[in-house]
Amino acid sequence: MELEDQEKIIETIQAKFEGEILRTEMLYDFLTITLKQEKIIEVITHLYHHPDTKFQYLTTLFAVHYPDQNQIGMVYQLHNLVTNLRIRLKIYLPIENPTVPTLTGLFAAANWMERETYDFFGVLFEGHPNLKRILNVEDMIIFPLRKEYPLEDQVREDKNDLMFGR
Amino acid sequence: MEATTASGIKLGTKPEGVEGPGFFATSLEKVVGMARKNSIWPLPFATSCCGIEFMATMGAHYDLARFGSERLSFSPRQADLLMVMGTIAKKMGPVLRQVYEQMAEPRWVLSVGACASSGGIFDTYSVLQGIDRIIPVDVYVPGCPPRPEQIIDGVMKIQKLVETESLRRRDSDEYKALLNKYGIA
Amino acid sequence: MEVKQPATDQFYQPREKQYTYLNLGPTHPATHGIFQNVLKMDGEIIVEATPTIGYIHRAFEKLAERRPFYQITPITDRMNYCSAPINNFGWHMTVEKLLGVEIPKRVQYLRVIIMELARITDHLVCNAVIGVDTGALTGFVYMFQQRELVYEIYEEICGARLTSNIGRIGGFEREWSPKTWEKIHRFLKEFPLVLKEFEDLLNRNRIFMDRTIGCGGITAERALNYSFSGVNLRAAGVDYDVRVAKPYSSYEDFEFVIPVGKNGDVYDRFMVRQEEMWQSLSIIRQAIEKMPEGPFHAKVPDFYLPPKEEVYNNMEALIYHFKIVMGETDIPKGEVYHCVEGGNGELGFYLISDGGRTPFRLHMRRPCFIYYQAYPEMIKGSMLSDAILTMSSMNVIAGELDA
Repeated sequence: MELEDQEKIIETIQAKFEGEILRTEMLYDFLTITLKQEKIIEVITHLYHHPDTKFQYLTTLFAVHYPDQNQIGMVYQLHNLVTNLRIRLKIYLPIENPTVPTLTGLFAAANWMERETYDFFGVLFEGHPNLKRILNVEDMIIFPLRKEYPLEDQVREDKNDLMFGR
Repeated sequence: MEATTASGIKLGTKPEGVEGPGFFATSLEKVVGMARKNSIWPLPFATSCCGIEFMATMGAHYDLARFGSERLSFSPRQADLLMVMGTIAKKMGPVLRQVYEQMAEPRWVLSVGACASSGGIFDTYSVLQGIDRIIPVDVYVPGCPPRPEQIIDGVMKIQKLVETESLRRRDSDEYKALLNKYGIA
Repeated sequence: MEVKQPATDQFYQPREKQYTYLNLGPTHPATHGIFQNVLKMDGEIIVEATPTIGYIHRAFEKLAERRPFYQITPITDRMNYCSAPINNFGWHMTVEKLLGVEIPKRVQYLRVIIMELARITDHLVCNAVIGVDTGALTGFVYMFQQRELVYEIYEEICGARLTSNIGRIGGFEREWSPKTWEKIHRFLKEFPLVLKEFEDLLNRNRIFMDRTIGCGGITAERALNYSFSGVNLRAAGVDYDVRVAKPYSSYEDFEFVIPVGKNGDVYDRFMVRQEEMWQSLSIIRQAIEKMPEGPFHAKVPDFYLPPKEEVYNNMEALIYHFKIVMGETDIPKGEVYHCVEGGNGELGFYLISDGGRTPFRLHMRRPCFIYYQAYPEMIKGSMLSDAILTMSSMNVIAGELDA
């Protein structure tokens, strides 16, 4: 990604949202901008409509659990198909209250992506039309992809832990 | 006893019995067994990758229809053999159980692939570790995915079971005890 | 003369509209894969659809946190199992990007050949199944016969037919045998004839066209809002292909055309897939013509198993072999995203590594999961048989949907 493009994007955000950007870096040819969690949806909406950036394609959104810092990170990847630029926005949510407003008003694709994130990590999306579990069974009470929960089926009794090393 | 027709086609083996001009006397079990084994109607319960290998088995290269399984029945009421192919997750378990209970006797179950037999490589919280936790299974076909030849071998073993099954087996106490173990009425 | 209106109102009480709820359940012959749709129907017209997925959720993302890199390759196979090599190479390229490895040109061209073969098999299944759902069963049998030829090619290279686990981080296990090249040339000679026959059966078939044109369409704006990618997006009119937008593995060296549709309906998707198969054949021919000489793997001693002669004679190679097999190699720290053009669209791998022996987080951007959300909108107002056809033309593969 060219330096002018990077600076143009960062300027577009800083012009309207002063002080929201915590850090910007280039990770393996991807401009990664870490923001404060409060105004993330406004930033994305601004980037959607602004004529200089126009990021109107949502590639993916997902969460990461950092147990050491007690935080759940959310990653949004946006893409501008016309100029072929991609950026990544990251925010960090505290684990006691991982809430974030929903993106479904802007991108219809965010609907199931947010449901999947809720299913795996327990991130609550305010304003989501149908925030239910999507991939796991409906009556599951834990959020399995958090680091404290095990991978294996705890009901299984015929696998020898000594030999298979869970 | 192997026989060949005039054009050199090998015929299947006849059951043992007394033969004469215009009649053939044998036990009912043998005749019914022979008829059943050559016309098994499978229900392909294909969930994932093993399902694609099953589609290849039904294709022209490895033809499963030679064994009498030409008509795939997707309705459990009309099927003889439940072929469970692919991973069964815990969410899918009740569905599989319901399909099995809807099948009419005599019914057989073939578990194709490592995931259906024992959970396979997916030792995770969401995968049922083998369908024999919820329904009784007759033949297991290992592999990930098994080659079509292995699936055909599994079907041939089912044919062996079908041929030699006693007519009274489904009413016997042993079978009822087996179903009770799984909680099926 | 005034026309009197018939007197109806005092005796005619309009009844309340009654809807039927039909469960297009997880086990259904026409839904190729297990997902459920509860359809609210007004007679034969569908008013609303509620999809339920997750019937084959195998927790790939959690499973990947437990396994070293090359053990994750078998699980990427099982996502889009109709074109498993593309998933494998996508994962290997993500790892190579993290490690900063330079892949030799020959390996890149060989990978292109395998990926295009895999793309052909994926489109074959989808188009044959569209034929089956409209009643044309012959195409299915012919197409599956051609897939057997491709399976034989995979078997020569990696030993497996469907879930191939093909290649290694850095290249291939060994140089391709002459038998492999023989089989590829046989495929390139025989397949176009069969594909032409299939086209003659269905492309301009009156019944097929009447059935599929105007069925299950979506506009380009809605498709972009739903983050469609791959064939479904190209059939709606947007020419976005990862092979052209962000070329990987030397795709910029090849000349090919991206077919684009107009209405985004079933017929457009069918035709786009047909044309993509011809383009894939052309890419394979170009790759074979321009194939450079060179090594068949890059130098990645930490992740690429050394050849057996060295393991038995050289102490260093023995140690590397031991470390790799026991999974004790440490991965460099980093965060990387790489995407490839899978059979269904942009297949992305987001890998976060914190320096341990397994990834810290692996997220797979699965195109099928993202575009299946649009299904209720696409079938609203159409009839039940059109809904079945729309689902099979979208090429929804259950393994990729649920992961």
